[in-house]
Amino acid sequence: MNQASSKGTQDKSVAGEILSFIGRVILAVSIPLIAFYVLYLGFLFLRDSDAPREVITLVAIVWGVGGVGLLYWVFNNLVERLPDVWRGRLLPFVFVGPAMAILSWYLAIPTLRTFWISLFDRDGPPEELSLFQQLASDSFVGLSNYIAVFTEELMLEAFRNNLMWIIIGSTLSVVFGLLIAVLADRSSFEKTAKSLIFLPMAISFVGASIIWNFIYEYRPIGQTQIGLLNSIVTSFGGTPQAWPQWVAILPWNNLFLIVIVIWLQAGFSMVLFSAALKGIPEELMEAARMDGATEIQIFFRIMVPYIRGTIISVWTTIVIFTLKIFDVVWVMTGGQFGTHVIATQFYRQSFTNRNSGFGSAIAIVLLIAVIPVMIYNLKQFREQEAF
Amino acid sequence: MKSGKRQKKLGLLLVNATLLLLVLLWTIPTLGIFVSSFRNREKIANTGWWRVFPYRDWQMVREIDIQNSGLDPDGVMEIEGATGTFEEFRAGVETPDGKRITWIGNKRLGRVEVQEQVWTIDWDFTLDNYKQVLGGQDFEFKKPDGTVQIVPGDNMSSAFMNSLAVAIPSTAIPILIAAFAAYAFAWMKFPGRRWMFILIVALLVVPLQIALVPILRDYKALNLNGTFLAIWLAHTGFGLALATYLLYNYISGLPRDILESAFIDGASHFTVFTRLVLPLSVPALASFAIFQFLWVWNDYLVALIFLGGNPEFELVTQRMAAIVGSRGSEWHLLTAGAFVSMALPLLVFFSMQRFFVRGLLAGSVKG
Repeated sequence: MNQASSKGTQDKSVAGEILSFIGRVILAVSIPLIAFYVLYLGFLFLRDSDAPREVITLVAIVWGVGGVGLLYWVFNNLVERLPDVWRGRLLPFVFVGPAMAILSWYLAIPTLRTFWISLFDRDGPPEELSLFQQLASDSFVGLSNYIAVFTEELMLEAFRNNLMWIIIGSTLSVVFGLLIAVLADRSSFEKTAKSLIFLPMAISFVGASIIWNFIYEYRPIGQTQIGLLNSIVTSFGGTPQAWPQWVAILPWNNLFLIVIVIWLQAGFSMVLFSAALKGIPEELMEAARMDGATEIQIFFRIMVPYIRGTIISVWTTIVIFTLKIFDVVWVMTGGQFGTHVIATQFYRQSFTNRNSGFGSAIAIVLLIAVIPVMIYNLKQFREQEAF
Repeated sequence: MKSGKRQKKLGLLLVNATLLLLVLLWTIPTLGIFVSSFRNREKIANTGWWRVFPYRDWQMVREIDIQNSGLDPDGVMEIEGATGTFEEFRAGVETPDGKRITWIGNKRLGRVEVQEQVWTIDWDFTLDNYKQVLGGQDFEFKKPDGTVQIVPGDNMSSAFMNSLAVAIPSTAIPILIAAFAAYAFAWMKFPGRRWMFILIVALLVVPLQIALVPILRDYKALNLNGTFLAIWLAHTGFGLALATYLLYNYISGLPRDILESAFIDGASHFTVFTRLVLPLSVPALASFAIFQFLWVWNDYLVALIFLGGNPEFELVTQRMAAIVGSRGSEWHLLTAGAFVSMALPLLVFFSMQRFFVRGLLAGSVKG
């Protein structure tokens, strides 16, 4: 109906056209200005207010969530006021623009910026200079941060530990998840068992670190052990240990940290395997049983090949996850006792040592490590011709 | 036939037993913390939490008068059939009939107890730990020898409020933005659409570590560091790729005819989106919301970097990590604090487990 009226007015009055144009411009300018002003007031209140914490929290929630909704509403209104052709062209960008802008700012462009920073010394590129002048400045160090990443002793330790995390952590998470999924499928208490195994997924790494610190709690010989593991060990006549700090068995003390992630991730793999297993046609299993196959043969010859795709994707997910592991190590040992991993080294170099060049080089190494998965995802996406 | 049935029963028993063992292994760590959070400070520090289960303990049956027994504490003594030196009796010596003789106190003024093993259970629970970890005041403890020790509590309730103020917008904002974008990808035609979506797929697995150094620089330049807005935007940025991807999969699968008839009726894209698409996508929105909420609530690294400079805005994970670092042996605070920090995620998890599992199955892989 808008179309009809706009066509009708086309040759009627030029003055009306101009008036409505001015009206649109005023609205177009004033609505966002008012909206931004209201949002800015909220921001100032949140930054500087001494109001009770409950009030601040409530304002923060309303301001944050409401503000985003308000912005979309305002921009949509603006575009709706434009002529049809422009509306059709601009509206998609009102919808998709904010997402792309934030993604570019927070993930896409930082990959390039981090790479750039990684070519400079600890203070990064001198920002007041132009890009070419930065290259010519004294802070430009070329690839020497990368050489340091692959030669520094603590970094080598971190690579070794991360390799342990990836191999042992992801494999055991998958194995336990699969074992539990198969067992639960045949047991008499499937739901309860799955809920309980799954429960650690809701627990933070910091919480999990406290839980496991309590299991590993160490008291000198002769005192009552209040940690479960040491209590069991001493009741069998062993010597109590501060397990993750037990440097005598380096690097195997890392296993006491890896256990925590297996504990957290087995539930994740169990849920995915459980769903995949339920997709295996019952006739297939029955036929195998009729042919005299044992349950173990059925597991390896039918179930595992059937859910191969799920196993690979779960395994990759956990590999990426363990590659970036940070919280557990940082809270449990802070990277001491030979337990540093890549992400704790990244944190230590970037924020404790304030060596942003070195830290950025580590981040780039992490990025390169996930590139194969990225390529795989893109390939999968291209194969779905639906887009 | 009969042996087959028996074998099946045996098999089921084996399956149930193995699974039970695994479930116990997975549950006991949490149970230990949970039980301990209700035991008083003295008990946590000195006895194992498994004392809430029945255990055998030595209890005094009668006392032996040392003065009149003619025992010589400096040599080898024999009491009720048990022989040993003073040091051995201090640790307790068992008699052949299953009793234990224990010397308590010093050589001159101590006493000797005859003890027997009895089954007992320690069910003396308290809520004091929770009061101390939430209240933020100092607390007095009486030691067994009568001295009073003052132990400061902790102020987790303020950290809890901060975590709420961070987690709720950090969940709602990316969902709203991602839903708009997913709608555009699914129902609008515009130049660059395919390339933008390819970028989203590529960003799915990019580790967030890559962004921390440059974003921190921007925040410093914009004077945003240590504000709520800073951390909301950061969580939005890191969660957005996955959110858009998942919501696109769902929204593009909505029945075409419903939307088309709305357009024919003259509805604008905005109306269709808010009145039709959002309500229809509630299951997908809910399952991503749970993910993002758990992820943000449990996050430590992002908070450490973007809120780290502002102790007033400390979140539960930061607070807990700080207690671990500075007072790692105050188990009465750690156990109760851990449960305070877990209460909300566990509640969300159990009440919305179905959505959570659905989200997992939809392929939630976070970068």
